[in-house]
Amino acid sequence: MSKPKPVIWESGIEVKPVYGPEELAKSGGVSDVGKPGEYPFTRGIHPLMYRSRPFTMRQYSGFGTAAETHERFLFLIANGNTGLNVAFDLPTQCGLDSDDPMAEGEVGRVGMAVDTLADMEEAFADIPLNDITVSLTINGSAVPIMAMYFAMARKRGYDLATLRGTAQNDILKEFIGRGTWIFPVEPSIRLVGDTIEYCARHAQKYSAVSVCGYHIRESGASPAHEMAYGLAIGRAYIEHALQRGLDVDAVARTVTFNFDIYGNLWEQVCKFRAGRRMWAKILREEFAATDPKAMQMRMIAGGGGGGLTIEQPENNIVRGAYYALASALSGAQTMALCSYDEAYTIPSEHAARLSLRTMQIMIHEIGLCDTVDPLAGSYFVESLTNEMESKIRAIMADLDAKGGIVRGVAEGRVQAEVNRHAWERERRTQSGETEKVGVNIHKEEEEQRPVEFHPYREDEAKQQIERLGRVRSQRDGQEVARLLEGVRVAAREGRNVMPAVIDAVEAYATVGEVCTALKDVFGSYNEPVRF
Amino acid sequence: MTTSVRPIRVLVAKPGLDGHDVGAKLVCRALMDAGMEVIYTGLRQSPEAIVRVAVQEDVDVVGLSVLSGAHVPLTRKVCEALAAEGAGDVTVLVGGNIPRQDFDALREVGAAGIFPTSTPFDEIVRFVREGVRR
Repeated sequence: MSKPKPVIWESGIEVKPVYGPEELAKSGGVSDVGKPGEYPFTRGIHPLMYRSRPFTMRQYSGFGTAAETHERFLFLIANGNTGLNVAFDLPTQCGLDSDDPMAEGEVGRVGMAVDTLADMEEAFADIPLNDITVSLTINGSAVPIMAMYFAMARKRGYDLATLRGTAQNDILKEFIGRGTWIFPVEPSIRLVGDTIEYCARHAQKYSAVSVCGYHIRESGASPAHEMAYGLAIGRAYIEHALQRGLDVDAVARTVTFNFDIYGNLWEQVCKFRAGRRMWAKILREEFAATDPKAMQMRMIAGGGGGGLTIEQPENNIVRGAYYALASALSGAQTMALCSYDEAYTIPSEHAARLSLRTMQIMIHEIGLCDTVDPLAGSYFVESLTNEMESKIRAIMADLDAKGGIVRGVAEGRVQAEVNRHAWERERRTQSGETEKVGVNIHKEEEEQRPVEFHPYREDEAKQQIERLGRVRSQRDGQEVARLLEGVRVAAREGRNVMPAVIDAVEAYATVGEVCTALKDVFGSYNEPVRF
Repeated sequence: MTTSVRPIRVLVAKPGLDGHDVGAKLVCRALMDAGMEVIYTGLRQSPEAIVRVAVQEDVDVVGLSVLSGAHVPLTRKVCEALAAEGAGDVTVLVGGNIPRQDFDALREVGAAGIFPTSTPFDEIVRFVREGVRR
């Protein structure tokens, strides 16, 4: 019999054809597996996991104006979405108002345009914010957008102390991939610190940061690197927040995670099980956290945009189902799935509904919620969870030896490493070494069928600019100028900017104005370009 | 001998606000590996800034990478600005998330080559080598 071809995961781990008790013992055994809901949480952060409550389904959506996005939100909720995941347009994400010259042609294109509190109020009108929890996919301009969300919630009578929800607000990953940075690295981290501190003191149920391995993976990193960088980033934010004299148990609870799923199913599952227990160990061993809740890695996992293809797009429906399966087998708290048309457009209602139905079929038909962590104890999965942990640990040690994640990002070294992975990944796909159905195997002559694209509405962009003009003319301009000066002073004096920004946006200061005030003090980021 | 011929010079640019730069950087590397001189602008460049660099650096090719959907207006602006600067002979390529139904519109505004996501690098390199008249 010929020797089977070696199998090596993207993370660089070689997989044996068969696993048994010997291999498991050699990899470190099962002493770190523990029980679900108990330290180190390998098997999940809740004792009963999906038996007590299935994962939250939180499809990413938003486009055009607040009014149009509001309609899509209602559509998703009517179809069983149990959370919202808000897409903002690029001007909003980059801290520019809709009438900024750089915003031309981009207003409302890839997400909802938000200029002032008025847009935030319209988007979430009548949506019960603690039942349908909202995740704001916002990073560079997270400070004014979070401030608007809090101001909107307060105006509607919510107590911030009990308000639930999440902001993405992971600026380090924006420097590594995705690119909606505004300010230089150091002040950007300080602003994340301001939001963590604000939430730890005033909005304890709100997750101030969702650390995104997701976009780092999408930018090219292997699953092990995705987890290693994610853990390092989470640790950096906590270290920063602790310098402000906050309690680690209060801080850690405001930090959650967002991870990517595509590629090898088992590699993803082992990545999550290893990552979850590593986070618990970091919190307990390095930060001396005592509250188990502070040690729990809460995560949204899914998406998988990087795995979808424009070739034979219906195949993406099947891929999405496997990504959802990986997510459920990994014990994610929340799931979002890229829709099958997302490789080329903003999802149609039809595609968005199919993604939801995919997750609902898992919950209601195939028994994925029957029992907790069904893969636990598998010789293979436990061995590879151990190996994945070693791999991730080695990447983190190397990063630490070179000065840590913040320095690595500021100097562009982390970006260069991710670019190298992207190059390798692409080379392997183009050479056929990594097999991709419809792309390099089982290809078909693509029919030249017209594809349905989400239209860009010039008239809506115009409406948004007019609306912004109306808000500007109706507000108390002098008061806004005074409050923006307050933002500058807080930024300059090193005080937490959140209270001043909330005051400013309540008086209808715009996203662009707040970011300009902060830029006056912090300056802008200069991108180091390294290959 | 071809050693006296200067290598093809390419400016790879990210116009607009789109932050997806994986593809742009990959194309940079593929063109460099093919022996071309490549300049990359980094993110969030205005069409005017892109054209300024293109003229200053005397490039043969400008490659625009757009994944936000704003490819037609951005390409139009870059081509118009190139012509206004007397650099209308620069070959303009567009890559990224480009639907087939927009190919004609892109060619009309001045794109010489269109390379949607998942185009093999060899195809881009060949086009640049054969298409650049110098």
